[in-house]
Amino acid sequence: MRPRRVVLNVAAAAVLAVMIFPVYWMFATAFKPTAEIQSETPGLWPAHPTLEHFATAVGADGFWTFWRNSLAVTGAAVLLALVVALLSAFAVARMRWRGRGPFIVMVFAAQMAPWEALLVPMFVIARDAELLDSLAMLTGVYFMVTLPFTIVTLRGFLAAVPAEVEEAALVDGCTRFAAFRRVIFPLLAPGLMATSLFGFITAWNEFAFVNVLIIKDQDKRTLPVWLSSFRDVFGTDWGATMAAATLFALPVLVLFLFLQRRVGAGMISGAVKG
Amino acid sequence: MAVAQTPAPPRERRAPRLPGRAPRRPGDPRGPRRLWPYLLIAPAVAGGVLLLLYPMLRAAVISFQRFRMGELVRGGAAFIGLDNYRELLAAEEFWAVVARTFAWTGINVVLIMGISTAVALMLLRLGRRMRVALMSVLALVWATPVIAATTIFQWLFQSELGVVNWALTSLGFDSFRGYSWFADGTAMFGVLVVLVVWQSVPFAALTLYAGLTTIPAELYESARIDGGTGRQVFTKVTFPILRPLFALVTSLEIIWVFKCFPQIWVLSQGGPDDATTTLPVYAFKIARVLHRYDLGSAVAMLTVVILAVALVGNLRRMLRQEGAES
Repeated sequence: MRPRRVVLNVAAAAVLAVMIFPVYWMFATAFKPTAEIQSETPGLWPAHPTLEHFATAVGADGFWTFWRNSLAVTGAAVLLALVVALLSAFAVARMRWRGRGPFIVMVFAAQMAPWEALLVPMFVIARDAELLDSLAMLTGVYFMVTLPFTIVTLRGFLAAVPAEVEEAALVDGCTRFAAFRRVIFPLLAPGLMATSLFGFITAWNEFAFVNVLIIKDQDKRTLPVWLSSFRDVFGTDWGATMAAATLFALPVLVLFLFLQRRVGAGMISGAVKG
Repeated sequence: MAVAQTPAPPRERRAPRLPGRAPRRPGDPRGPRRLWPYLLIAPAVAGGVLLLLYPMLRAAVISFQRFRMGELVRGGAAFIGLDNYRELLAAEEFWAVVARTFAWTGINVVLIMGISTAVALMLLRLGRRMRVALMSVLALVWATPVIAATTIFQWLFQSELGVVNWALTSLGFDSFRGYSWFADGTAMFGVLVVLVVWQSVPFAALTLYAGLTTIPAELYESARIDGGTGRQVFTKVTFPILRPLFALVTSLEIIWVFKCFPQIWVLSQGGPDDATTTLPVYAFKIARVLHRYDLGSAVAMLTVVILAVALVGNLRRMLRQEGAES
C-alpha cells in the first residue's frame, strides 16, 4: 500500500502545481523588476520584488475610470438581480399559484440562454434606443444574465428556511413584510452573500457585451475590455500587464476566499458558470 | 447551472398553507391577495421579456431581413425570406466553421471530462491535508476571471520571454526557441484548448467529487470483497450511480465550450487564417467587422438551434430533478 500512496501524492502534487502555475506566474511576474522578466532564464520567484509595475498599471490612462465603471455596473446589476430575484423566489418557494410550474421552467430555460447569440440583436436594439455607450444598458444586460440563476439559488435557500418560523412570526402579530424582514432575511443572509458572489464574478468578468455596446465613448469601458487591449496601453511591458491582470483578478479572488469559508465549498457545485 | 441545489432540503410541500392564512384585516377581499404572487414575479418577467425574449425575437426577425450598414443607420429593412440562410448554407466557409466548432467542442469536452474524472477520483483517495490543498487550488483557478486568465496565457506562451518556450527549450526541444505559438493555426488552436481545459476542469472536478462523496463506502467495500479490480469497481459501481451527474456536467461543458467567445476573441480574433473561428466568433465577425448584421443573426439563430439539442436534454434533466424534489 505504501508505494501507492506515494505515487498518489506525487501525482496530486503535480496536478496542483500545473493548475496553480498560471495564477502564480501572474503574481510572480507582477512583482519582478523588468530586468528579471527579460532575463534569459526566468527565475521561479522575484529575487528583488518591486511595486513599480503596479504603479504603472494604476497610473495608466483611465485605470480608475474603468475600475469605477466595472464596480458600478457590476454592483448595480447584482443588487438589482438580488432584489428582483428575492421577490420571485419568495413567490415560488412560499406560495401556490396558477402558472408557478411554467414560471420555474422559464427560469431554468433562461438560465441556459445562449447570450453569445444575442450580441447582434442587442447591439441593434441599443442603437435604436440610443443606449449605445450607456452604462445603464450594460447594467440591464448583466442584471438579466445573472437573474435566472439568482432566482434558482435564492429559492433553494428560501425553501431551506422552515415555513414554521415565518408562521410563528405571523401568529405573534408580525405583518408579512415584518416577518420577512426580521425573521427570514437574517436566516437568508449567507445565501444572499453566496448568490451575490457568483453574480459578481459573472458580471465582473463579462467581456462580449461591453465590446458590442460600448463603442465610441472610451470612458465607459470596463476593466475586462481595458485589460484585453493592454497592448495598446503597455506595449510589451509584461510586468505592468500582469500587474493589471492581478488588480483585475484580486477583487474576485479576495471576495471568493472571504466568502468561501462562510458559504462552504459545496456551494460551488450549486453554482453557475458560463 | 443549478447542479444539485445541495444546501436546500425540499420544504415546498409546506408552503402552500401560507398565502391564504390569517387575514389580518377581516373582510380583506380575496382577489388582491391572490394577485400577490403575480406582482412578486412581475419584475422578473418584465426583465426577461425586455432583455431576453425581445432580443431573441429581434435576432430571428433580422435573420429574415436585408440588414446591413445602410439599414442600421436609416432603418426600413426589407424582408428577404430565407435568403440569408441560403447564402450561409451555400458558403463553404460556413461548413468549415461548423466542422471546426464541433471538433473544438469534442476535443475540449473529452479532455475536460477525462481529466476531471481522474482528479475527482484522486481527491477521493487523498489524505485530508493534500485534498484540502488541491480543492483550494481548484477553487482559486475556477474564480480567476476569464480575461485575466487569457492575458496570463498570452504571457506564458509568449515567443521570446514566455516561460513555456523556455521550459521546452531547457528540456531539449530546441525547435521551441523563440517559437511563435500565435502565428500558426494549429498551435493557436492548441493553446486555446489548454486554456479552456485549464479553466473548466475545476468546476467539473469539484462537482464530480461532490457526487462521488455521496456514494456509501460500503458499496466499494462489498465490490472489493467480491474481488472487483479498481477498473471494475469504477465501471460497475461508481459510473452507473453517477451517470446522471456525468451527463449533466458533460452537457454543461458542451454548452460552455461550444459558445465560448471571449478567450478566442482576445487571443486570436479567430485567426490565424480562421484556424480558431468557431460559430460564435464567426457570427460576431461577420456582424461587427463586415457589418452583415443579417448574416450574423442567421448564424446566431443556427447556433441556438444546434445548442437547443443540448439545452432541451439539460432542461429535462433539471425538471426531472425538480419533480423528484417536490
